Amino acid sequence: MTKPFATVLEASTSLNNKTGSWRTKRPEYVQSASPCNVVCPAGEDIRLWLALVKAGKFYEAWKIITKDNPFPAAMGRICYHTCEKICNRESFDGAVNISAIERSIGDMAIDQAWGFENVTVNSGKNVLVVGGGPSGLAAAYFLRMLGHDVTVYENHLKAGGMMRYGVPRYRLSRCVLDAEIKRIENIGVKIVCQKKITDINAEIDDFDAIYLAMGAHKASQTGVEIKNKPNIIDAVDLFKKVEDDFTNFLNLGNRVFVYGGGNTAIDAARTALRLGASVKIIYRRTIHQMPAHTAEVNEALAEGIEILCLRTISCIDGSKVFVNKMNYDEEYDILTPSGKTEILHADSVIFAIGQSVDVNVLHGAKNIKISEKGTIEIDKNMTTGIPSVFAGGDVVSEKRTVTNAIGHAKKAAGCIDAYLRNTTPPLDIRSEVTNLKKLNVAYFKKSAKITAPEWQNISFEERNISYSKKELMTEASRCFSCGSCFHCDNCYGYCPDNAITKRANGDLEINYNYCKGCGICATECPCGAIKMVSND
Amino acid sequence: MRYQLEGSQAIAKAVALCRPKVVCAYPITPQTHVVEGIGEVVRSGELSDCKFINVESEMAALSVAIGSQATGVRSYTATSSQGLLYMMEAVYNASGLELPIVMTLGNRAIGSPINIWNDHSDAMAGRDSGWIMLFAETNQEALDLHIQAFKIAEKIGLPVMVCVDGFILTHAYEPVDIPSQKEVDAFLPSYVPTVSLDIHKPLAIGTMVSPEYFMEVRYLAHQKQIDALQVICCIGEEFKKQFGRNSGGLLSEYKTEDAEVIVVTLGSIAGTIKDVIDDLNSRGKKFGVISIVSYRPFPADALKDSLKRAKMVIVVEKAFAVGIGGILSHEIELIMKDTEVEVFSIIAGLGGRSITKPMLQEYFLRKKYEKATFLGLKKKIIADKYEVRSCSNQEGSV
Amino acid sequence: MSSSTLSGESSKKNSTIQSRRSRNNSLTSGHRACQGCGEALGARCAIDAAYHAAAGKITVVNATGCLEVFSCSFPENAWNVPWLHSLFGNAAAVATGVAAALHSQGKEDVRVIAQGGDGATGDIGMGCLSGMFDRNDDVLYICYDNQAYMNTGVQRSGTTPPLARTATTVPHKNYAGSDPQTGKNVAQIAMAHEIPYVATASIGNIQDLEKKVSKAINIRGSKYVHVHVPCPLGWGYDTAETIKIARLAIQCGLFPLFEAEYGKLARSTAIEDPISIEDYLKPQKRFAHLFGKNASSESLDILRKIANSNIEKYRLGKTADD
Repeated sequence: MTKPFATVLEASTSLNNKTGSWRTKRPEYVQSASPCNVVCPAGEDIRLWLALVKAGKFYEAWKIITKDNPFPAAMGRICYHTCEKICNRESFDGAVNISAIERSIGDMAIDQAWGFENVTVNSGKNVLVVGGGPSGLAAAYFLRMLGHDVTVYENHLKAGGMMRYGVPRYRLSRCVLDAEIKRIENIGVKIVCQKKITDINAEIDDFDAIYLAMGAHKASQTGVEIKNKPNIIDAVDLFKKVEDDFTNFLNLGNRVFVYGGGNTAIDAARTALRLGASVKIIYRRTIHQMPAHTAEVNEALAEGIEILCLRTISCIDGSKVFVNKMNYDEEYDILTPSGKTEILHADSVIFAIGQSVDVNVLHGAKNIKISEKGTIEIDKNMTTGIPSVFAGGDVVSEKRTVTNAIGHAKKAAGCIDAYLRNTTPPLDIRSEVTNLKKLNVAYFKKSAKITAPEWQNISFEERNISYSKKELMTEASRCFSCGSCFHCDNCYGYCPDNAITKRANGDLEINYNYCKGCGICATECPCGAIKMVSND
Repeated sequence: MRYQLEGSQAIAKAVALCRPKVVCAYPITPQTHVVEGIGEVVRSGELSDCKFINVESEMAALSVAIGSQATGVRSYTATSSQGLLYMMEAVYNASGLELPIVMTLGNRAIGSPINIWNDHSDAMAGRDSGWIMLFAETNQEALDLHIQAFKIAEKIGLPVMVCVDGFILTHAYEPVDIPSQKEVDAFLPSYVPTVSLDIHKPLAIGTMVSPEYFMEVRYLAHQKQIDALQVICCIGEEFKKQFGRNSGGLLSEYKTEDAEVIVVTLGSIAGTIKDVIDDLNSRGKKFGVISIVSYRPFPADALKDSLKRAKMVIVVEKAFAVGIGGILSHEIELIMKDTEVEVFSIIAGLGGRSITKPMLQEYFLRKKYEKATFLGLKKKIIADKYEVRSCSNQEGSV
Repeated sequence: MSSSTLSGESSKKNSTIQSRRSRNNSLTSGHRACQGCGEALGARCAIDAAYHAAAGKITVVNATGCLEVFSCSFPENAWNVPWLHSLFGNAAAVATGVAAALHSQGKEDVRVIAQGGDGATGDIGMGCLSGMFDRNDDVLYICYDNQAYMNTGVQRSGTTPPLARTATTVPHKNYAGSDPQTGKNVAQIAMAHEIPYVATASIGNIQDLEKKVSKAINIRGSKYVHVHVPCPLGWGYDTAETIKIARLAIQCGLFPLFEAEYGKLARSTAIEDPISIEDYLKPQKRFAHLFGKNASSESLDILRKIANSNIEKYRLGKTADD
């Protein structure tokens, strides 16, 4: 007796039946941008470095951060983390605490003295960076990593720009800032402090390219009438004085008023508080309309700073501050003087109503155009009217954040490098954003955000401390990995046709011989990394 | 050794001697004593390494056997009548899967009306199922055929049904010779499956087959049945050689050499017929008897060879196709259609009605036969029901 | 655990068998199941889990039905394990025979699975299944429940939910799908036999499914696992939504996940994110008539009552013991 015909079959002979021919749509693995990456002015690949942190690969994570930002420790502290506001996890159970993780990784790098890799290739080109603030230093770093010689001219006593002279030290420890600047110097960037350029034309011939990043350090003019030598200080000057002469405690007196509603006003008020004053902020609109970040406003209130809203200062006469009370019509969003006034008594008044760019340095360079708003005009490649002169950071933008400045630096460095090598500047391509709709959050369990521990004292010491390694990994593991496969294996495990192949290294590949195009893989992908496309 | 045993007990002994590994039982009269007997030998330890399973239906009984046989062990069950119909889906399945299961069919009428007594309606309902069907004439033959059945089944790779007349054999005590275990072991080697469920060689058994290949599968089944004729003959010869009894093969012939009339039948009634024709022949008649052992595969050639020497064939059959007539007789007519031999049918013994010697003798001595006759039909009852019709003779014809 | 994807935690400690490269692919590619077939996935997950837990020593008996037809049609067999198909209604009995044969051969380390759809299990095969349970035969019976006779074109079965549209329960003026007060709970019927282990599972929770099959396969005696496997064709939803629909069934309480030992409820899986039955029913065309202009709220109440009764009976609320 022999094996029966047809009714008995060997195992797995169905592999001869290529069911892929049934398909009308086909799945494809895609990597689309995460919202955090898209909104990050520095363009950090947050999703990637969070994945590395989650895996306990802290050094690798730091390397990824510093590809886009040489100041993780500083930025983790002071960046306004738009990434967290747009984080897809926000509506689920609270955004990933990206800034705290970045800061902790940055601190770890300082503790463990991680440095940038030495630059091995040298282009022989010489670039001047005017201004040692975040944009200038970051540009210097990027340019140096690209192989160019870089010199930074810094006007102030120390490099750091607004990171030093705009952000009080209780928000950013100077040890941290110094360490991160030092790391840039370590790769061969020359920083020359207290070097004030008077005429940019004089430098053009000495350098192959120039990046203008002087920032906006000039206090804006106010319409306040000043009489009888009152004690008035501009916030920019206050910070500079406190910073350059920290040990010599500045005395503002007891009654201090801060005029303004932005972050600078809050920082100035909290600095004054730390100098021993009783501080009140005067702001002309309502508290909800303050441009300052809410978190900072709340912190200021918590520290005992009073905010006097719907008030403008008309005149300061000696210690008398004349204030006009305003009416706000919520329906029409109109602010009108109420006719009521009050007189306050101040030992000092700090003006914090904005800064502008000091354009005197550009007087000789006629081709560099200044906009009506007082910023330097640049083209899409960050170039001014002079081909070898580029500009970025606060000098070109009214969106004056440190992250934005770093983002400019990265882009400018790419453009300068292209200019020096006579190549095309890198294109700024951003793929489709992975919004919440593209995710399948059924695979994520609710887990509350880990808040970084805080000190409650009011001093120039930092309030926050870093995460432990365990906290770091746990918090990083909350990342949805929007738009990028994190090897959850759902597609592999759920395919009813076993049409996804898993390689030895865990990589997945769609086997179109058998894929029937049902789309389960795409639906069950937690992070939107599979797309169904028409089967042309 | 000879024992005075009930037919069912003899069958149980025979099955036990064949060392099945799985026996499943669901009771139905008149098969009950067979499975009771096997249950006893398993539980008493007489038959070791055998799993005896009380199942919940005939469907399950044969299904369990399908599962165990497909796993590579010798498997057995038994049924009757309604039970065969209830498991009929599995009956076809077992042969389609070419599983050499052996099953005893204690032949019984099929309801409605319900009737627990013997006829061959059940066997006839399964005649196209693809099983090999052997009919026993005596309890000794029943015993012997079971031993041969396993060997035939396993050799050809098809299930075998051994048909044994209910009550007439199953419940009758007769002296039977029971061979020793050693003798049976020498005759029947242990079962080596061609294909089975095996974790080391994972096969799929029982595929779906599309129109493109189904005809071929069925043709091969047909060919296999035909091939089985040879196997049944050989194994019958082997058995005869070893045990000295001619109880297998395709046909059992009695005084057919110079017979003018050959009576063909299935099962136990052959004994009665033999007595009748002995008497007739002693009075100068020339009758012979053929009892068909292998009803399926149908031994057309062997049967024709024997029958063509006669002038007439009378088929005594215990089942019929309603509205048509005898089943076996039709099959014989079919094979004899190119000869001069005339075929007549006696439908008798339905639902256990006695077939007596005088009834048969009276029939055989008739001058003229009806094409088909319901032997012993009670004319009055039929006439009452069909007043307008008249019955042409006492028995009623088709 | 911060996520419940198939790979489990980053440590891969909770990784499913399905996420492993080494999985057996007991039901491999090339089978002829429809796109997005829940049963094909359920069968691979279950049999792979059993294969893994029994160190590869398993045999499978398959009842007639979709699974059998799409997996093994000459000349293509998608199975990667010893596999036997006999009939529609006899898989449990055939498996009993397989187990008996293995027992008599002294190969009890080879574990036996019988599997079939809801029709083969709860309807036509009920007798054989009950017999197998009654004898406590050493077989794991897995039912893949897609709640109708899909293979023959979506006719009503004993597990079709009340009010569901099938080809034989088409809604008309005086009929809203399958009749109220119909349908049977096969897992409860299994429990009534007081067999060692009964569980329900779903392809909406593969971790749980694998855990239950792995546990069941090594228990001696009769085991029953009832797996909920949505059918895009029969239920009328997009092929990509199979897992989602299965998950919604769990979340709304219409498909409870539980385990029973010797006839008694032992454990149940609490619903983590409860949803309304409407969230589960609405995406399925078989329930579309419950939401149209002429829909009556009483119809939905019938199903809501079942869900609520499940939640209470199987302790699926947050206080459940799991």
